[in-house]
Amino acid sequence: MFRAALRLSVSGARSLTRTRPQYTASIAARSYSHGKQETDEEFDARWVTYFNKPDIDAWELRKGMNTLIGYDLVPEPKILEAALRACRRLNDLASAIRILEAVKDKSGPHKEIYPYVLQELQPTLSELGIPTPEELGIDKA
Amino acid sequence: MLASRALVRGLQSGFWRRVSTSSAAWAAHTHDIDVVDCSIPQYNNRLDTPLPDVPFVRNLSAEQKKLKEKEKGSWTQLTKEEKLALYRLTHELSYAEMRQGSKEWMTVLGGVFIFLGFTGLLVWWQRVYVYGDVPHTLSEESVAQQTQRMIDMRVNPVHGFSHKWDYEKKQWK
Repeated sequence: MFRAALRLSVSGARSLTRTRPQYTASIAARSYSHGKQETDEEFDARWVTYFNKPDIDAWELRKGMNTLIGYDLVPEPKILEAALRACRRLNDLASAIRILEAVKDKSGPHKEIYPYVLQELQPTLSELGIPTPEELGIDKA
Repeated sequence: MLASRALVRGLQSGFWRRVSTSSAAWAAHTHDIDVVDCSIPQYNNRLDTPLPDVPFVRNLSAEQKKLKEKEKGSWTQLTKEEKLALYRLTHELSYAEMRQGSKEWMTVLGGVFIFLGFTGLLVWWQRVYVYGDVPHTLSEESVAQQTQRMIDMRVNPVHGFSHKWDYEKKQWK
């Protein structure tokens, strides 16, 4: 568990949404003069593994999610799916809805990202019975 | 900020279902405590922290506990109101509500203008009732005499004052 937590501190920052192909893996927030740059796929895989831990606990979910939202990117749908399934294992519906809200907020002015993410996550949302913030009416204040 | 909180609470009591608005739930709201214990994790509404350290409502009533039990089963069995109630148990404000802002700035700006205006009135009164007369050298006649003297002694004759006076025609250029 701690190994996963430690690895969270080493990361590049880049947009992972496939709708913006101009951000490539070579752009990282930290310029290492040595050492390998992590590719987008490695980053995604690391996070998916983190959330897929079968006995993930609530703290790890919160820590992971808050850290992920802190990065300068919108997480890939596959990472979000793993996070939503982690919420299901923890019996935490509110966090699942909150994650969707956070993704929309994180997209900022790029309004096309959130509908894309929802579209990709639709099977998971229906399977787990997670409502979108729009369905609950909390997307408007 | 307190006004906007009261507004949110007012709105929430309209939209929340029974389960979320029982009186026990109000008492358990972590932000209503008079003295906040900063040594334990607190709830917070932050856009950059989607999952706060503790849920918003901690002391659950019996009904809320039943709902939490139901949450352990399939979420497809929950009604929309139940899902909303579960969200509100854990979170005080949704992202939209956090981003909302208020009309407080209008009050502030209005207050600033009112005080500036009042200050203007004070300054005006002071000008009329406190300040004495201006020196006699500022009277029209005195200024005319001064100007004539300046012309006679050729003040700034190259580019300035006297340069603008036409000495032949005895008038301004």
